[in-house]
Amino acid sequence: MSSATIVNLPDQSTARIPKMNYLSKENGLLSWLLTGDHKRIAILYLISISFFFFIGGALAGLIRLELLTPQSDLLATDTYNKVFSMHGIIMIFFFLVPSVPATLGNFLIPLMIGAKDLALPKINLLSWYLYVGAGILAIYAMITGGVDTGWTFTTPLSTHYVNTNVITTGIAIFIAGFSSIFTGLNFIVTIHKMRCPGMTWFRMPLFVWGHYATSILMVLGTPVLAIALVLVILERTVGIGVFDPAKGGDPLLFQHLFWFYSHPAVYIMILPGMAVISEVISTFSRKRVFGYTAVAFSSVAIAVFGFFVWAHHMFIMGISNYSVLIFSLLTMLVAVPSAIKIFNWAFTLYKGSITFETPMLYAFGFMGLFTIGGMTGIFLGTSGTDIHLTETYFIVAHFHFVMVGGMLMAFLAGLHFWWPKMTGRMYPEKISQLAALVTFIGFNLTFFPQFILGTLGMPRRYASYPPEFQVLNVFSTAGATILGVGYLLPVLYLTWSLKYGEIAGDNPWQATGLEWQMQSPPLTENFREIPIMDHEAYDYEWLERQKEKEVASVG
Amino acid sequence: MSHISPVLWQFLVKWLTHFALFPPEASKIAPQMDALYFFIVLVSLVGLTIVILLVLGFSILYSKKRHPVAVQIEGSTLLEATWTIIPLGLFLVMFVWGALIYFRVYTPPANAMNIYVVGKQWMWKAEHPGGQHEINALHIPINQPIQLTLISQDVFHSFSIPAFRVKREAIPGRYNSVWFEATTPGTYHIFCTQYCGTEHSHMIGEVYAMTPEDYRKWLASSTSGASLAQNGERLFASLSCTACHNARPDARGPSLVNVYGSRLRLSNGESIIANDAYLREAILDPSQHVTQGFAPIMPTYQGQVSEEGVIALVEYIKNLKSDYRIQQTTTTTDLLPESEGKAVSSGSKTAGLNPARTGMVNQ
Repeated sequence: MSSATIVNLPDQSTARIPKMNYLSKENGLLSWLLTGDHKRIAILYLISISFFFFIGGALAGLIRLELLTPQSDLLATDTYNKVFSMHGIIMIFFFLVPSVPATLGNFLIPLMIGAKDLALPKINLLSWYLYVGAGILAIYAMITGGVDTGWTFTTPLSTHYVNTNVITTGIAIFIAGFSSIFTGLNFIVTIHKMRCPGMTWFRMPLFVWGHYATSILMVLGTPVLAIALVLVILERTVGIGVFDPAKGGDPLLFQHLFWFYSHPAVYIMILPGMAVISEVISTFSRKRVFGYTAVAFSSVAIAVFGFFVWAHHMFIMGISNYSVLIFSLLTMLVAVPSAIKIFNWAFTLYKGSITFETPMLYAFGFMGLFTIGGMTGIFLGTSGTDIHLTETYFIVAHFHFVMVGGMLMAFLAGLHFWWPKMTGRMYPEKISQLAALVTFIGFNLTFFPQFILGTLGMPRRYASYPPEFQVLNVFSTAGATILGVGYLLPVLYLTWSLKYGEIAGDNPWQATGLEWQMQSPPLTENFREIPIMDHEAYDYEWLERQKEKEVASVG
Repeated sequence: MSHISPVLWQFLVKWLTHFALFPPEASKIAPQMDALYFFIVLVSLVGLTIVILLVLGFSILYSKKRHPVAVQIEGSTLLEATWTIIPLGLFLVMFVWGALIYFRVYTPPANAMNIYVVGKQWMWKAEHPGGQHEINALHIPINQPIQLTLISQDVFHSFSIPAFRVKREAIPGRYNSVWFEATTPGTYHIFCTQYCGTEHSHMIGEVYAMTPEDYRKWLASSTSGASLAQNGERLFASLSCTACHNARPDARGPSLVNVYGSRLRLSNGESIIANDAYLREAILDPSQHVTQGFAPIMPTYQGQVSEEGVIALVEYIKNLKSDYRIQQTTTTTDLLPESEGKAVSSGSKTAGLNPARTGMVNQ
């Protein structure tokens, strides 16, 4: 009974993938391209974001190779500038923003709240087409000369001084923005209107709460980015002069508009990751999440406060000292809900019954790395130390700890956790645990030295650097190669598992969510009958009773 | 050691000899900022250790092997309040401490020596009050507050001296300022930290912090023959500013004598202090800055004067302290560097220096 795993698979000699499921319902390319099924759209998203992840990753590899030596020798400075710009643009707008919401969120939200689909299935498909269209446009912009503004499109560099494909890339991000607005809108409507009977707000899994908060950010924040980009495009094409001091414009206005989206965007990227972690930690410690309400409301608090901290990206730019005070204070406040979450997750383990399958390992990795990422954010939110650390490798390390160490770890945790539900088959456990470990080691070796580099003052976005920074850069590049292996492994074994993985059965993790009480892979319509939620989320005692009932009825 | 590969060997040697972990503390603010930095490091380490201990400890104590049945716990308001209030308290301490340092870094003392720095793709050009100018270099004396007034001629740049722990964005269209007081003589990096295009990573320079004696020697050997204010005076004359700003009773423009630092009432009713930024704006965009009682007839000089030119004009107007000087200007439109007696600017730090014309240094 007290084995080291909770995995409970059906007898492999007799188990079969259910004949009727969302994957087998219809065949052919068109059945995928014209589908309204949220699960198929999630799979489409998964394939496309993985594609962009590996393009972005390859660009990151080029950056690290160039920085192996102090001179700009592998790439010319212009090429290097394009490479890091495209790395940022692809990773943020085409991977991180849609990563968890559009794949796992799309797949799971209707299942978790007991709905047959999202509220607006066609809008959901449209959002994928917008994403793909935007992605193709971005790749086209990259192939036909690239863009070298950085992902931040700082004016007046982006409006008056560079001759690269700013407009094409701007349009691509503009379109991708609508994709994420539609996803957010769809989630909000679905969560409000399509919960099954008995599914009150406080019976929803925390995964849904996290996505609800994310959706609010997407719907309210993204239009501002769209406005900022349109203004940049208009400035380049017709010279409206909003950001041009020579015409009475203000270049700082762009910073305000851009960060009004791009700071909340950070939370768009991390909140769904936190949402995944709540599910994983609960399942593998067999316990209700410690302080459910606090975790749920901390997501909402992050979403609300997240809108009022944007100017902390501008402390050294010459905004008034008093607005620096206010934004620094608000930044401190937004850090608190994250701290609450970390401690609540840690105490979820208390008196649990913990097992260490791959999703849990990734979740532990998330907690460690996100704590470092979060605490280093305090260095930057503190106005005094921000002066020295901003615009250096410290900030690069900080947001990679949050985005890669946090979000990507969470994405991989979630992907492994729900892989059996999505495909009906298990991933191979041992090698995936190894991949989690390799990723963790590679990640730390890559990004930890960058904190020291930043403290020493090495500026970000430098193609060449003074020779005394080389040693730490060599470590970072060495780490990046290990990290690369860590990310390639899942692609290989997950693909392998599609055909050779063990049959997972309905509920391999013995988890409590509604999505685990149905066949894997699920039916196209999810539920034959709309379920009735008669228990709290993470009610493991309810699950036990269900099992006993089943045994009793069979016996 | 012969079996170690030479590349690895070289790397190890480099590690031992050229390995920096922390930047030098070469300014007055640096130790103060570092104290806060290490305080946050300490708090982070304690926080991280607690999280790691909790996760590891619980993982060992409550692993499925040891603890097969979980005990369901709803939560604990007391515990949750604890880990809300303690981090919040610590964050607020950092906020206050950080704000104190922030205000110190961006509030120059009144006795600071002002150096103008213009950022442009891809170089830093420093303009000293004595007329010395240098590119990608900045010579300064130690133990004296130095204020940098920064502006960019094109895109956003950011002027960073890690050893002094100061950084300020150089933005087109407005003056930003930062100050520091160097404490240790030496040569330190200047970086542009805001991405500014192709040669961003080459927009680096050196700051030379010198003892006062060395600094005086450097000043003397690097003079370009005229102080910044004198250059401004020449420009003032050649742009025919004197046609209106001549301090005569019937002048079409206001007298600029002692205008710097005074409170002006504008024709739109606004009341404003004439500081560097105001003077710059009034030259480039005069129609928005008409002094009460005067007609809006001044043409714009946008695009006609470089940022360095504007700086020289501003510096000249700043130093206009007496009617005598404006009279002098109005009659010496062909002022030459040779006109020694007239050209020594009152109160300028170059007075008494070796007037040898050794040519423009670094230009």
